[in-house]
Amino acid sequence: MSEAVTALRGANFDGAVTVSDAGLRGMITLRGDLGDEKLAAVVKAAVRLGMPKPRGVKEGAKGAVAWMSPDELLLMVDYDKADAVVSGIDKALKGDHFLAVNVSDARVVLRLEGQGVREVIAKGAPADLSPEGLPIGEIRRTRLGQVAVAFWLSDAEILHLICFRSVGAHVFNWLSNAAQAGSLPGFLRPD
Amino acid sequence: MSTRLGTNGRLIDRNKPLEFTFNGKRLKGFQGDTLAAALLANDQMLVGRSFKYHRPRGIMAAGPEEPNALVGLGQGGKFEPNQRVTTTELFNGLTASSQNHWPSLEFDIGAINRMMSRVFPAGFYYKTFMFPRFAWKHVFEPIIRGAAGLGKAPTAQDVDRYEYFYAHVDVLIVGGGIAGLEAAKQAGASGARVLLIEQTAHWGGRAVVDGVEINGKNAEDWVMETLADIDAMPNITRRNRMMGAGVYDHGYALGYEQLTDHAPELSGPRHRLWRIRARRIVTATGAIERPLSFAGNDIPGVMLAGAVRDYAVNFGTSVGDRTVVVTNNDDAYRTAIALVNAGLNVPAIIDARPEASGDLAAQARALGIRVETGKAIGKVKGNKRVEGVTLCAQAGEGTTLEEIKCDAVAMSGGWSPVVHLWSHCGGKLNWDADQAAFRPDPDRPPLGADGSGFVIAAGTANGYLDAASALQDGHEAGLRAATEAGHKPQKSAPPHAKSEAEAPLLPVWSMPQGAHYQLRAKTWLDFQNDVKVSDVRLAAQEGYASVEHTKRYTTLGMASDQGKLSNINGLAVLADSLNAEIPQVGTTTFRPPYHPISFGSIAGDARGALFKPIRKSPIHDWTDANGGYWEPVADWRRPYCYQRPGESVKDAVTREINNTRSNVGLLDASTLGKILVKGPDAGKFLDMLYTNMMSNLKIGKCRYGLMCNENGFLSDDGVVARLSEDSFLCHTTSGGSDRIHAWMEEWLQTEWWDWKVYTANLTEQFAQIGIVGPKARQVLEAMGSDIDLSPEALPFMGFTEGTIASIKARAYRISFSGELSYEVAVPASEGQAFWDAALATGQAFDIQPYGTEALHVMRAEKGFIMIGDETDGTVIPQDLNLGWAISKKKDDFLGKRAQMRSFMQDPDRKQLVGLLTEDAQVVLPDAAHAIEGPKRANGMENIIGHVTSTYYSPTLGHSIAMALIKGGSRRMGEVLSFPVGEGRVIKARVVDPVFLDKDGGRQNV
Repeated sequence: MSEAVTALRGANFDGAVTVSDAGLRGMITLRGDLGDEKLAAVVKAAVRLGMPKPRGVKEGAKGAVAWMSPDELLLMVDYDKADAVVSGIDKALKGDHFLAVNVSDARVVLRLEGQGVREVIAKGAPADLSPEGLPIGEIRRTRLGQVAVAFWLSDAEILHLICFRSVGAHVFNWLSNAAQAGSLPGFLRPD
Repeated sequence: MSTRLGTNGRLIDRNKPLEFTFNGKRLKGFQGDTLAAALLANDQMLVGRSFKYHRPRGIMAAGPEEPNALVGLGQGGKFEPNQRVTTTELFNGLTASSQNHWPSLEFDIGAINRMMSRVFPAGFYYKTFMFPRFAWKHVFEPIIRGAAGLGKAPTAQDVDRYEYFYAHVDVLIVGGGIAGLEAAKQAGASGARVLLIEQTAHWGGRAVVDGVEINGKNAEDWVMETLADIDAMPNITRRNRMMGAGVYDHGYALGYEQLTDHAPELSGPRHRLWRIRARRIVTATGAIERPLSFAGNDIPGVMLAGAVRDYAVNFGTSVGDRTVVVTNNDDAYRTAIALVNAGLNVPAIIDARPEASGDLAAQARALGIRVETGKAIGKVKGNKRVEGVTLCAQAGEGTTLEEIKCDAVAMSGGWSPVVHLWSHCGGKLNWDADQAAFRPDPDRPPLGADGSGFVIAAGTANGYLDAASALQDGHEAGLRAATEAGHKPQKSAPPHAKSEAEAPLLPVWSMPQGAHYQLRAKTWLDFQNDVKVSDVRLAAQEGYASVEHTKRYTTLGMASDQGKLSNINGLAVLADSLNAEIPQVGTTTFRPPYHPISFGSIAGDARGALFKPIRKSPIHDWTDANGGYWEPVADWRRPYCYQRPGESVKDAVTREINNTRSNVGLLDASTLGKILVKGPDAGKFLDMLYTNMMSNLKIGKCRYGLMCNENGFLSDDGVVARLSEDSFLCHTTSGGSDRIHAWMEEWLQTEWWDWKVYTANLTEQFAQIGIVGPKARQVLEAMGSDIDLSPEALPFMGFTEGTIASIKARAYRISFSGELSYEVAVPASEGQAFWDAALATGQAFDIQPYGTEALHVMRAEKGFIMIGDETDGTVIPQDLNLGWAISKKKDDFLGKRAQMRSFMQDPDRKQLVGLLTEDAQVVLPDAAHAIEGPKRANGMENIIGHVTSTYYSPTLGHSIAMALIKGGSRRMGEVLSFPVGEGRVIKARVVDPVFLDKDGGRQNV
């Protein structure tokens, strides 16, 4: 485990906002009946959080859970806990129809920090990035430029973004370009 | 001559002089000038040559409707052709050059075309096709190529940056004149999110120039107050230098923001293309003045009356000392009055109407201006600039009554609302006969997703040409837009604007009424494309009745100004020629963008390193640093080979093959698709997806499978591993992972929605490393593993899980090379660590990495197919001798029914064969065609198939190939001919496509 590295290997950019490699994060795709109490119970056991609403994301001390589609959640935990969480879910839901799989290594997680995080993303994502359009507590699955991404804000000035590992370098370079100092339009009001 | 006045110039700062050059000439202007104003201030009347006849042309307008005054701006990486001087703001050091002339602007040989205008009549381009072929090639094409074309294409790469920005608002308001400002204020006061955009640097539009009074104040003060009100509302954003370029379905609009064009010293992006989603779009885009159609109306110095006024009032610039005003309406009188008030001379106002009795005419007469009613301009005298006009009766044929000396002509044929944005997405128009203009039909707006109109035209753009009703309409449009966007505005009284009352205009489409041919042939409709009244009449005479056909036949309105000035005049002439009413003839289609936008803004940030995302495997950086010779594979980059210093690509491939076959090779196979399929119905699902049976696969075993589409054609292939009773991992081709995952989801979501199956695309979760060759097992054992790697414990087509080199791994014993081979999947984050460990441990066994070409050659030696080489979307598995992989037991699978059609069963279909060239060292070219027998009736060779893969096999010391050949399976031993050009024919013998180790002894050890 000691030799696990992210695709970005700790890259960092300072501009209108800071863009940084958020490091390894445990991620589990959980597909199943989101209305099922047993499923809600395994989510609770894994991250100590309740079921998110459609498009919602919840964060807590033990991890986070995001609504990805009507039958899919993303659980976020410490990187080295992911396999154990999957085993736990497999055991708890044995006999049910579900899918739980570790996808931690298929992804890159970036952290953007600064007043202009919404505007940097709005240069490439067609989603409404205004505080009304994307309130804190909601996640968006959309695209950034030419590639698929998901992102959410945990605070007015902190945005988390997930993309596929293979395009991690592209997304980092894209964000660094979009976040050049003095290039933000000043259209979106701060929260 | 045109010059700078001592007075006026509300937009310029005379304390801030600027220097610029035009055709290398150093000229001076002021901060706030447009390039057009500054050129006029320097008496630069002649600014370009026309497109077809190379006639001298000057500035005609003061805004984006300008047809003539296009220049090349900047130099090198900042050069841009076809820029309008009227929309270009002056800055210090600006360099401009005129276009479309040779050798110089003043003396242009192409102008000879003008003498030959009978050679270029309407439909010239089409008519030339009727001539014999040689005439087009040797006569017309050289002439047209020499004469045609506007600006030069840039030769250097654009040095500026561009970007997109996505904005979502309740109400988008396009146009910052008084109607747009009032609409924004009202919509904003309701709490709606409002974006107000204005294409110029200034707010207030024409009302400010025309001296309108609003709520008892002059318009300029009202504009300042309203801007202050708007700025006090945080829910309104206003941006100047941002044009509404297009309106599209679903409330989508494009805004084109020019950030640094006016001040290139600023950092940041040059243009920003706003992609706006709005619940409602208010188009307060104003109106454009129409030219009048009289002979010589294109000579430099003939200008729109409103533009003459703009230059005088806004920029303190006069177009001439003596300006004749010619009009069919009252508005042009404002120009005459403004000029006289600025101390200039107006020898006459020539008014085509029988009488001029309005307030403005009275004011003009009171100033002592001569007003000639019922009169027209017969023709303009002059060549490179206006020298005078002849006066004639509007009702006659043009007989000269008098010559009037002047150096400028201000013309006005009335105003046309700018309905472009209203029309882009399907808004319909009504003909307003009183104003002789099309205006938006409020009952037929462009419809949004909810079935209601999402565009609201406002103010002048809505056909309210007087300030008072325009302002009131803007007020109501703002309230309505906010209401329809879900807000509850407070009703309030609209501001009251006051301007002089105007008498009705007289539609004048030809001046004089009965102008004879010589005059009509000098009367321009489309200035940029050189279309004259005579051309449109000729088109009508030749049978063109539809305005869309006439447009293409004559090229009327097809230039880069898209006919902003010519549209109405042209179709009025057409209607007249056809004896039809204008509304029956209709308009051509308005298409975005409203005004040309830069290619850079369309490209946005997708250039250089960001042009196209490249997918990178976990071993990418190492490969890049260790001789990887890249080739694109779908969106990935994969190494074709790993070149050593001084080694050729060919030698590297040979070395990699030989080393893998004799020692051991290391392959980065991470790009292979890996899709997890799980659920009680997973086996049933895969039985439908693959041609062979997957549901009976044992846990811990792998099986090669084929996927076909519903037409029976081979779509993808790969190895399926059964992980547990209810889960399978499906490997796809590198290029197929996303497509096959989407294919699975489509069937699950649309057809088999009640099957209990979930899928997850795990392609990027794992680095997959192939360890391949006779010493593969020794390397893995030496790396340290808790897996029993013995042939008994892990036989061919088995897989197992454990750790290798302390990394959690799943090892599949599968082979695409025919060698003893393991593909090891490890977490992508530890892919590089595994690769490093394999290389370090493998050193003792002479391990070397190998690339895709070695992979391809080795698979071809074994007769294995590649999707995309042996398949092309028309190949079924049976063609490739893969009938063994098609289950006879299954009731159904995707493609089964199609494969039973008679054509698919034809024994003469092209079938896969191996080829050995007669000369072992000669390699067939890719896709070489095999021919047989006599030529066909059409004189072409009888082609019986083509080469699909071809290589030199270092293992066999022989060139090998695979080909799809008609009835190939029955041709074993035949020698086929492959002509490869220049009379050369390569001969090759048809053989079994498995060239090496048919029994599989090498891999089963």
